[in-house]
Amino acid sequence: MAEASYPDDLLYHADHDWARIDSGDPSQATFGITWYAQDSLGEVVFFEPPAVGAKLVKDEPYAEVESVKAVSDVVAPLSGEIVEVNESLSEASQAINDDPYGDGWLVKVRLTEPAEQAQLMDAGAYRQSIGA
Amino acid sequence: MSEPSGATVLASESPLQRERAITIFEKGVPGRSAFVCPEMDVPRVDPLELLPPRLRRERPARLPQVSEPEIVRHYVRLSKRNFDLDSGFYPLGSCTMKHNPRLHERVAALPGHSRLHPLQEPADSQGALRLMWSLQEALGEISGLPHVCLQPSAGSHGELAGVLLTRAYHEDRDQQRRKVLTPDTSHGTNPATVTMAGLEVVKLATDEHGGIDIDDLRAKADETVACLMLTNPNTLGIFDRNIAQIAEIVHGAGAILYYDGANLNAIMGFSRPGDMGFDIVHFNLHKSFTQPHGGGGPGSGPIAVSDRIEPYLPVPVIAATGAGDDLVFRFEEDRPKSIGRLRGFHGNYGCFVRAYAYIRSLGADGLKDASEAAVINANYLLARLRQLGVAEHLPLAYGQLCMHEFVLSGAPMKRELQIKTLDLAKRLLDHGYHPPTVYFPLLVDEALMVEPTETETRETLDEFAQAIADILAEAAEDPRIAQTAPHTTPVRRLDEVAAAKRPVIRQQL
Repeated sequence: MAEASYPDDLLYHADHDWARIDSGDPSQATFGITWYAQDSLGEVVFFEPPAVGAKLVKDEPYAEVESVKAVSDVVAPLSGEIVEVNESLSEASQAINDDPYGDGWLVKVRLTEPAEQAQLMDAGAYRQSIGA
Repeated sequence: MSEPSGATVLASESPLQRERAITIFEKGVPGRSAFVCPEMDVPRVDPLELLPPRLRRERPARLPQVSEPEIVRHYVRLSKRNFDLDSGFYPLGSCTMKHNPRLHERVAALPGHSRLHPLQEPADSQGALRLMWSLQEALGEISGLPHVCLQPSAGSHGELAGVLLTRAYHEDRDQQRRKVLTPDTSHGTNPATVTMAGLEVVKLATDEHGGIDIDDLRAKADETVACLMLTNPNTLGIFDRNIAQIAEIVHGAGAILYYDGANLNAIMGFSRPGDMGFDIVHFNLHKSFTQPHGGGGPGSGPIAVSDRIEPYLPVPVIAATGAGDDLVFRFEEDRPKSIGRLRGFHGNYGCFVRAYAYIRSLGADGLKDASEAAVINANYLLARLRQLGVAEHLPLAYGQLCMHEFVLSGAPMKRELQIKTLDLAKRLLDHGYHPPTVYFPLLVDEALMVEPTETETRETLDEFAQAIADILAEAAEDPRIAQTAPHTTPVRRLDEVAAAKRPVIRQQL
């Protein structure tokens, strides 16, 4: 994805992660990193996914992405338990760059503290925070 | 958009770009050789009698069978595919790529140094031991920490030694301290070392001046902290003015202060880590004290420590008895609290010779002059870039002045000219320069870290500044030239993703 984009249907964390609350089941969410994050990282070469069942704590690192520049922590935007990881990224980590909000999703999570959502930003506030 | 200007020139290939680089193993023919063995002058013994069957080869080793001119041409050719300090300016931030005086090579090649065997008896190698001991004394004086161990063979190895010493110090006091504080500007080796030593990394934030955030330090410095690892000046090229306060907080928590000596080149002769309150420092002899490095030779990372750390130093320690010219040197092994040996033998001796030659040929005043010139050169280059209008697209990330290096942010350049720091770095290769360090430290967006060193002339600095200005002007016209650079090097833009994901690390011969 060459152009910056920050979809309106996502919640944003200051550490450049997004969360998409499942429209059918609000106790479930999908996490990923933002366009800004993938652009800053450069081309991603590895994503080290956590195990299904792992417990995530909001604001704490839960995975690592390695780009041609550096290895970086991925921070959990919300607390929860991992129910699914994007297995296809182990072969095609480039999806994190090409389609950060679609094929480049990282994990699906069952939220344990849904009220935390109030602490995340909407697209407008996130754009402002990164000066976009 | 039209084709890049100069596209015809850029599309043509030089002979070096055309040729496939092959290994020495792919050259030559059976039976060809570059030497003739001398007549045997010892009794002939059947090797089969000397070696047990499990150690015998079944087939002769597949060694290259080449003539001397083939060998010479092969390696000269390889060297032409490389960029080296002897061919051009090499402002690789944090690596201190200063000129390696040729005098050092002459001294290191003296047979007494170059033909010395590490298993030679101390009684027969008193000269070498004296050199090592004298180098230790000099490093102790330069750092303000009197006890020196030369064994570590790289900066990271010195760091490991330092963190192991810290651990030993606390364990000796029955203290369970597992955390090591590292600023977010720290060299990547710092957290790596901590992990390797079995301890836990805790990051410290940077304040708006580019130094350690004192409030963050206060909040994290408690009785679980083993040490703080600090580089001063740090990787932003900024000297932390709060160092006395930092030392007070760290010592107040009962922790050790560790100095990463990677940037010693900025302060040598002016201030000493020991006086700033550090207990352990590692030197990068290959950086601050000149050694061919960066693929050109082995490193050396001695450590110097305070009295309270001394009992834990690695063995053997070089001990001297007697006085003046009658000093006798020996290896002291019996040190019950030592963390043990760090490597086989005694370190990279050739580095010791060169570092000692450097210290003795410059003298105390000369070392001070070198640091001063390193800082002035960096500030001159920074000012020159500002004068050429480069700061508009590549502003200084923190502060106004710098020490021996500075970090620019290419974020405005990326936004306004559509070229990234990586593109600028690659295009600099076409101008005949080794690029500065890129994308480090991580807290600076699109970082470009420039360390000119003291051995470059004003003309070189002017030309380099002009090259950056020219690249920015060219990008304003047509960013694709930089985006697809380099165009003139033996290999062009590499596929870094493929190199990381599908590295070719084996070659079938």
